Amino acid sequence: MPDTVQFPMRFGSSSGQPVTRRDGIAKVTGTATFAADNAPANLLHAVYVSAAIARGTVTSMDVEAAKAHPGVVEVYTPDNVPPLPGDASSKPFMFAFRFEPLQDNSVRYANQPIALVLAETLEAATEGARLLAPKYAAETPRIGLDGNAPFEIEGGGFGLPGTTVHGDVEAGHAAAEASVDLTYETPEQYHNAMEMHAVVAEWDGDHVVLDVPSQALVMSCAAYGYYLGIPAENVTIRCPYLGGGFGSKAALNGPTVLAIHAARLIGRPVKLMLKRDQMFGPVFHRGATRQRVRIGVDGDARMTVLDHESLAVTSSFDDFIESAANASQGIYSAGALRSAHKGVRADVGTPGPMRAPGEASGSAALESAMDEMAEKAGIDPLEFRLRNYAETEPGSGKPYSSKALRECYAQGAERFGWSRRPLAPRQMTDENGMLVGWGMGTALFAAPMFAAKARAVIRPDGTGLVETAAADMGQGAWTVLAQIAADSLGLPLDMVEFRSGASTLPDAGVAGGSGHTATAGGALHAAGQDVVARLAEMATADPDSPLHGAGNATIVARDGRFWVEGDDSRSDGFADILARNGGAEIEGTGGANRPQEAGAAHAMYAHGAVFAEVKVDPDLFQTRVTRLVGAFAAGRIINPKLAESQLMGGMIWGLSFALHEEAKYDMRTGRVVNGDLAGYHVPVNADVKGLEVITVHEDDPYVNPLGIKGVGEIGITGTVGAIANAIWHATGTRIRRFPVRIEDLLAGSR
Amino acid sequence: MKRFDYSRPASVAEALAAWQPGSAWLGGGTNLVDLMKTGAVMPDRLIDLAGIPGLEDIEVSDDGSARIGALVRNSDLAHDPAFAAAFPMVAEAILAGASGQLRNAATVGGNLMQRTRCAYFTDPSSACNKRVPGSGCAAVGGVNGTHAVLGWSDSCIATNPSDFAVPLAALGAVVSVEGSDGRREIPFSEFHRLPGKTPEIDTALDPGELIVGLRLPAGAAAFRGHSRYLKLRDRTSYAFALVSAAAALRMEGDTIAEARLALGAVAAKPWRAAEAEALLAGQSPSPELFTRAAEAATGGATPSGDNDHKIELARRIAARALTLAAAGTPARMPALPASVHGDNAHA
Repeated sequence: MPDTVQFPMRFGSSSGQPVTRRDGIAKVTGTATFAADNAPANLLHAVYVSAAIARGTVTSMDVEAAKAHPGVVEVYTPDNVPPLPGDASSKPFMFAFRFEPLQDNSVRYANQPIALVLAETLEAATEGARLLAPKYAAETPRIGLDGNAPFEIEGGGFGLPGTTVHGDVEAGHAAAEASVDLTYETPEQYHNAMEMHAVVAEWDGDHVVLDVPSQALVMSCAAYGYYLGIPAENVTIRCPYLGGGFGSKAALNGPTVLAIHAARLIGRPVKLMLKRDQMFGPVFHRGATRQRVRIGVDGDARMTVLDHESLAVTSSFDDFIESAANASQGIYSAGALRSAHKGVRADVGTPGPMRAPGEASGSAALESAMDEMAEKAGIDPLEFRLRNYAETEPGSGKPYSSKALRECYAQGAERFGWSRRPLAPRQMTDENGMLVGWGMGTALFAAPMFAAKARAVIRPDGTGLVETAAADMGQGAWTVLAQIAADSLGLPLDMVEFRSGASTLPDAGVAGGSGHTATAGGALHAAGQDVVARLAEMATADPDSPLHGAGNATIVARDGRFWVEGDDSRSDGFADILARNGGAEIEGTGGANRPQEAGAAHAMYAHGAVFAEVKVDPDLFQTRVTRLVGAFAAGRIINPKLAESQLMGGMIWGLSFALHEEAKYDMRTGRVVNGDLAGYHVPVNADVKGLEVITVHEDDPYVNPLGIKGVGEIGITGTVGAIANAIWHATGTRIRRFPVRIEDLLAGSR
Repeated sequence: MKRFDYSRPASVAEALAAWQPGSAWLGGGTNLVDLMKTGAVMPDRLIDLAGIPGLEDIEVSDDGSARIGALVRNSDLAHDPAFAAAFPMVAEAILAGASGQLRNAATVGGNLMQRTRCAYFTDPSSACNKRVPGSGCAAVGGVNGTHAVLGWSDSCIATNPSDFAVPLAALGAVVSVEGSDGRREIPFSEFHRLPGKTPEIDTALDPGELIVGLRLPAGAAAFRGHSRYLKLRDRTSYAFALVSAAAALRMEGDTIAEARLALGAVAAKPWRAAEAEALLAGQSPSPELFTRAAEAATGGATPSGDNDHKIELARRIAARALTLAAAGTPARMPALPASVHGDNAHA
């Protein structure tokens, strides 16, 4: 494509419109097919046995009983399963986590797969698994933050945050006229997407087709290929929809690989879907943290130091440390900044990325500590944050690519009515005598971008086709990416066919890090621009075109035609151009990535401010969040309806973090005792009231060509602290352990 | 799950004839099927009661009594206008339980027969005297912040999870059962059992006996003007009670002529507080009175683990329920969902 050919992106035709989710009807009517909905001929059902101990060995299993059960076809145990071609204990690529392909009899966490049963029916496989009745030699498990000695982290790699220091931390402490030194705890949390992990694997020679939920379709092909000992191109992943991912479907997990392995061994298609309780172990979670936050301020309540240390649980055999202390980087101006991490090994499944990994836990502690510091300094919590507003990125000194946080604070506070907040706690009650409290927190999330490719075609009939292997896990990729593509092609949305959700399409990168719209959208935009430019060249070079001889730069694409800008009498339709020039479709390609120099020049984050109102029963301490207002600045909003839904979802997750979510471990056995959706609480509809999202206008010329930042995770940050702070404001009781429970508030009041 | 036989009798007589050791009655299946999936319960035979006619009636009589068929769905009972008007706290309790979908499936008889939600009972790999007599109690010394504070024994510290059963206990309901020896009635106070040394026996039902209905005695509706069910929980729906209370007062002028009080989620059975009721009778409502009654209601309570907070919370919710009952049943009943946050919590 010649350098001179550039079409300005037109927004307002599709992008920027609150288009309703295009796959919504398919989903609510049950016609959208998720992985486990597939049932190829000759299918076998797989059920695996979960270890009932957290540490030790399996001493026996009744394989004969299982095999004798009608319908059971095969039972795989360490005694008879051939090894995976690729080493499951190695770390061959960035998102590799170690897992257990039944390599031996050891158990290193509860719910680890220890045997796999294949049967003609799900019921037979389930009963076969039960009949195995494993016996164990159990050792005392090491569970929780105090179950083992902490270890130092050599920082740097994925999941291994180290220590980051800016400025003289000791001098910052010494200079403080007032300070707080506080410790907060967050529990082990489990993603529990509505759709449990599942796979349908069908082999043909050394090729395999996988129906499997994946947040990174093309990248995962190479990863599966590694373990299965086949080239990446022999793996096809089909994943039109995910029933939620939240990070747990970004990496491969052991049970899924094991089922694919079994399909190859048995020579028939195999389906595995985890049971809900099996979600608590081999498929990642958010590790528990204990965080110490020390803040010092001078006489004007300006921070002399922000010093954040975190201890996080990881497994005994792999590393994923919740990077909680890094939440204190990039957010507030302080004389000195330190984020430090340590790990502690426990007999649990390896943690992994869970929506806002690090940021969620870290923000919960940081925003609580900010509130406590403001209280001690005697100033309003919002004023305290404004007084420590970072005009440039703390530490690096880099300018922000854009930062409308001040506007977020102002608009959120205005909508919430923050100015009427009394400074002291326990000042407000409602008509039923409930204690009312208001709290706030700052939201922050990095705006990354990954590499992606896309292909765009204009067909002879003038319609468009665009392709990229994106992942829609409910966030709306089917809709938002199609909107971007339609604009890039100068076509109305209903004239563009968008193909996605299959690994055979161009790589759209990972749907993670809140970067998918920017990344996949950027590639689609580039591909659309490419094909439109080619078509425009064809038109202007065509003597029969009304546009013949018009310079490309003065031509715009709109509604399937090219127009000479400012002259509505000269236009040419896409289909007409192709018809006069051989009648074949025309193709373009494009890619997206962020040049290194762009990241070096600017700090790139989405920002927000969350305000919470809670009501707390003064005697019984039942706590309900009655209002949440979040104002977010996240660059260009492609689809306001879906973006607000995403932000709401994040805020509800924050509510869940603050009041509900916690995997409860029996310390004697290392087992989660509330491993189902009746016991592992998340908010129900009736818990979510008065939820309001404001998207604050923000133009960002640096973050990427489309000016898009992400909205997928930022809603959690800020919200957890805002709710905890509101509870303190209502009750005068500060709870530094999440979730905040009735019994904690009762104890705190006595 | 384990293979099982299934039959669908057309009458109570056929159902009783179909029963043999190892059978289980199937009502709505909302609890039993879950337990079969985990393997906590493994019946050889399910006898599905859904096809039996005549067990789905709700009759409210002028004398303040009521008869409820065992197969009446929880939702249908709560939303029956005559029933909800006469026994508002029962409706309130039903609607405080489970979720809409579960209440639509669950039956009245099944609600009374639901098992404890103690995680160690549900999990076949844990020791549990209720599931496997003599195997021990993993809840003792385990995760037990929600376990019993009244009536527990060293062999079992589980609680009864039902909301519905709490106001039934307060109102002195009677359970009608039928077995091969004919019909009999079991007073509610005797229906659910404390664990003692035999926690595997939840109820007074003999093997093969079937609940055919429930009866609220004459005069039970006399509490309609002053009765409430309150439930404390960390989320607004689909959560079992941390503690709950059903309080009902029959007022004569400013005097409590008769009081009923039962606590939920504190014991293996709904905990009728007779001592507190006696203390309230003949008195005028006051905060001090209700505090004393609440203390009497929790008399003898002791923590069975990390749950001493439940004793104080049970006391407080009993006092609150009495206070709200004294203030009068809200005009719009059932007040949904039951909540300590007052009458407009469902707005």
